Amino acid sequence: MKRDHFKDFEARLGGISRRDFMKYCSVMASSLGLSTGLAPKIAEAIASPARRPPVIWLHGQDCTGCTETLLRPSHPTLDNLILDLISLDYCETLNVGSGHQAEAAREQSIRENAGKFVLVIEGSIPTKENGIYCKIGGKPFVKLVEETASQAGAIIAIGSCASWGGIPSAAPNPTGAVGAPAFLKGKTVVSIPGCPPNPYNFLSTVVHFITFGKLPALDGEGRPKFAYGRLIHENCERRPHFDAGRFAEKFGDEGHRQGYCLYKLGCKGPVTHANCPEILYNDVGGGTWPVGTGHPCFGCTEQGVGFKIPLHTQVELIQPTASAQLAPIIPSRPSPVTVRAAAVAGAAIGAIVGASAVALKKLKETPDEPDRSAKED
Amino acid sequence: MSMKRRDFIKLSASSGLLLAAAGPSVALARSEKKALPPEAMGILYDSTLCIGCQACMSGCKEANDMPVESFDPMKRWDTPQDLSASTLNIIKRYTDGDASVKDREQDGYAFIKRQCLHCVDPACVSACPVSALRKDPLSGVVSYHKEACIGCRYCQIACPFNVPKFQWASTTPEIVKCQLCRHLIPKGGYAACCSSCPTGASIYGPVEELLAEAKRRLLLEPGGYADFPLNRIGPGAGGRTTSRPAGRYTQHLYGENEVGGTQVMFLAGVPFTKLGLPELPDEAFVRLADGIQYAIYKGMAYPLALLGALIYMIRKGAGEAETKE
Amino acid sequence: MENNRPLGGRILTGPFLFFLTIFLIGAYFSAKRFMYGIGAVSNMNDGYPWGIWIALDVVVGTALACGGYTMALLTYAFNRMEYHPLVRPALLTSLFGYSLAGISVMIDIGRYWQAYNIILPWFSNLHSVMFEVAVCIGAYCLVLWIEFAPTVLEKVKADQLLKKLNRVLLVFIALGILLPTMHQSSLGTMMLMAGYKLSPLWRTGFLPLLFLLTALIIGFAVVIYESLFASVAFRLPQETPLLSKLATVTFWCLLLFMVVRIEDVNLRGYLPLAFDGSLVSNMFLLENGFLLTGLFLLMYPRNRQEPKLLFLAATALLLGGALYRFNTYITGYDPGTGWLYFPSVGELCITFGIVSLEILGYMWCVKRLPVLSAHQTA
Repeated sequence: MKRDHFKDFEARLGGISRRDFMKYCSVMASSLGLSTGLAPKIAEAIASPARRPPVIWLHGQDCTGCTETLLRPSHPTLDNLILDLISLDYCETLNVGSGHQAEAAREQSIRENAGKFVLVIEGSIPTKENGIYCKIGGKPFVKLVEETASQAGAIIAIGSCASWGGIPSAAPNPTGAVGAPAFLKGKTVVSIPGCPPNPYNFLSTVVHFITFGKLPALDGEGRPKFAYGRLIHENCERRPHFDAGRFAEKFGDEGHRQGYCLYKLGCKGPVTHANCPEILYNDVGGGTWPVGTGHPCFGCTEQGVGFKIPLHTQVELIQPTASAQLAPIIPSRPSPVTVRAAAVAGAAIGAIVGASAVALKKLKETPDEPDRSAKED
Repeated sequence: MSMKRRDFIKLSASSGLLLAAAGPSVALARSEKKALPPEAMGILYDSTLCIGCQACMSGCKEANDMPVESFDPMKRWDTPQDLSASTLNIIKRYTDGDASVKDREQDGYAFIKRQCLHCVDPACVSACPVSALRKDPLSGVVSYHKEACIGCRYCQIACPFNVPKFQWASTTPEIVKCQLCRHLIPKGGYAACCSSCPTGASIYGPVEELLAEAKRRLLLEPGGYADFPLNRIGPGAGGRTTSRPAGRYTQHLYGENEVGGTQVMFLAGVPFTKLGLPELPDEAFVRLADGIQYAIYKGMAYPLALLGALIYMIRKGAGEAETKE
Repeated sequence: MENNRPLGGRILTGPFLFFLTIFLIGAYFSAKRFMYGIGAVSNMNDGYPWGIWIALDVVVGTALACGGYTMALLTYAFNRMEYHPLVRPALLTSLFGYSLAGISVMIDIGRYWQAYNIILPWFSNLHSVMFEVAVCIGAYCLVLWIEFAPTVLEKVKADQLLKKLNRVLLVFIALGILLPTMHQSSLGTMMLMAGYKLSPLWRTGFLPLLFLLTALIIGFAVVIYESLFASVAFRLPQETPLLSKLATVTFWCLLLFMVVRIEDVNLRGYLPLAFDGSLVSNMFLLENGFLLTGLFLLMYPRNRQEPKLLFLAATALLLGGALYRFNTYITGYDPGTGWLYFPSVGELCITFGIVSLEILGYMWCVKRLPVLSAHQTA
């Protein structure tokens, strides 16, 4: 991006150099699975004030962990920038005001930006008994979500609770908690599951939307493929240990100390879709994710795994097919017939047949005829 | 021409007599079916639980100090294609079509573990002329003793599963095969393949209990959650289990009766012949060979009788003239 | 009783040097085998642990060496003294054949330095077919040397020793008939252990009988073949009358063999397998083709008087019988899982070297020892 353009909003960056900013945009691009050549485009989008959609951020049955996680990206001034990038019209955690004024601000924003604002839902939606188990300002959350979602331009469910129900939906699910996609049937809802999700998954999705005007590729459950397209097992740094059959059997044993695979200790990596081993957490270097610290993954992003299968219960592997490294039932074997051997064998057979033929010829027709000319052989 | 006929009659009579006498003995003296040793230990391998992780292969290589067998010139990966002088235990894959569904015969894939089956009536033990292969009378483990072995490789011919392998590249070659980690038993250990297995596909234990466990699995509802023991069962086992949906089993426990029964048995979700385990009769082939040998040579009765008859015939023939060559 | 006399003459003839060369090549590969291991010289593998060293040198080789057995059987057991002139040359061939089969075994087995383990009582496994074969063959080698001893003793004129030997020779001759009967049939029993790995075209409970019969047939045929070949090679009179009689006995044995062989395959329902065009079935057809050729040639008494036809029949029977045994051990054997076998140059050269050694030995012995009958050498 041009230097003079950069100068326009340099003040808001709080002292970050242009180079660092471009670096950030490149990282953002690559974490989106895009070419770093698109970094300038991302930078433009971030810098341009024209494309700042309003955002309504609703909290349901949440712990606010997902909001908290967004405060963790490495450059605090940048996340302020991102929040500036979007016009956060309503967010219970970060609102300055509260009470009727806050609610009024929300309703006004919805009216003014109908069809254009982004709705972010954090926390699950309790549906039992008309949703009385979560009320904001006296209003059941179910109603809030219904009304808001009907006017939203895009809906993002952040965190496992909003994506598929999370902790509140764990058995016996007394409040009838469900995720936003299940509640808002028929609507396109982007899910960013995780407990909490890696903040860059959310940030990258938003930046993608702002830069290109559309959401990144989503999978069948509405999860961005760049983040949730692969199993943790496919990219885990301990995978070579799994492939070589080296497992930690107990916490603290020799295998555990050596950093062996944690599959036997109940790691859910083989059945969980996420990008934790690739982008890690908190930008403080390698190993900053559960498996890296020595505890098996518990599958927080995956419905049916997280908060359902016990922490140390071993899971079945999801395998697309048998590893090509394994030998087939009947391996291919090289042919042992060489030209030389065949020639030698053939020569011998020929010699025997030849000698016999010669002898046959020399045999006397009528029996008992002694050969007088007994010469030396 | 009468002389010729007499010759023929003499010749065929003697052999006929021998066979006629031996015949019924041959038919009947197929030696009795061997019984399972009192403390028989074995392995139950369940192909539906196997994930092809090869932990058993690396555990085995480590426990038995075997070298890496690799196509990779830098020998980073152990990639044997078959059991060999360097590989006592191997996991192989079965694939068909697009190999997309586990334990399905068509367009599916499955795994199989190959190792010594420690037969109840081992052909190799019967075949070996110098008792280099012996079956432990208590645990039933078939072990190899190189101080006896002459390297004749008859055990390789006799084994219906082609298990014993030979060190062709050595000047002091030995026969190599799984010995159920008998060297670990005094230290309280057990088969390394079973202790390494993460999913319980290979479990070690008394054969009677393995039989019961296998029968239980064959009755499970496919897809229904069930508990599966890990590593070992029986006395001394930790009792660890894993819970997961049961697979759809081929309704047959391989090794229960094949060639007289084996102490290493198999369960699978695809037909066993697809996995390279041949269809075998319940009677060990060795019983027929042994039976014939036994009938003819029991106590050397027939041979000695024949020797006596021959001496008589020769002496009578020699008659007046000295038997001079 | 006719006298036997050395043939005399020069040892280092052209053929002698030819076979000496082959022997030396074989010796080179044998040295390689012992210095670098079996795998360095042979193509035997875990799928085919037995190659031509066992299938040809031992299984076919001992059958080719059954001349001594068959001649002893006819001459002494059935008291047909007219066959006596054929005994010594047959014994000589047997002697060399079996001894060299023994040498082949020493080269083939991997842990040869412990070969004596077989007779140590704490190792011997009496249940093993191979144990019986090995001990019988070992004992028979000994018996052959003893049976041949009179020839040597005559040469060195050790009359006292000769007299003593002749008194107990009877037992050894009897053993010389019993032992091959035992181990030749057991060579058949050995492959029964292979179970399903042996093709149904060869796998039958009759293997011991069939191997015994082929030992007899080949034993007779080799005597006929050698006698006629030696007549040509050493310019000696042909012993056709004797050989004709031998041919008659051979015919009846062969007839019995063919009936049992073919009917056994047929009754078990596997005869169609012989015509499916694969290598295995073609080898089955070839083997029986040779044997049937011999059978039809020997069927007519007139043919049995004709030296050329005798020779042809004998050749056919040798090829057929040898092929039958070779097929039982190699062609018909398939362990599954894609293993293949074809002898390597090293294996072939060692086998040829061993055969050459036998021929060299035979050549030397007939020229220097009283082996061949007098009316031939006169």
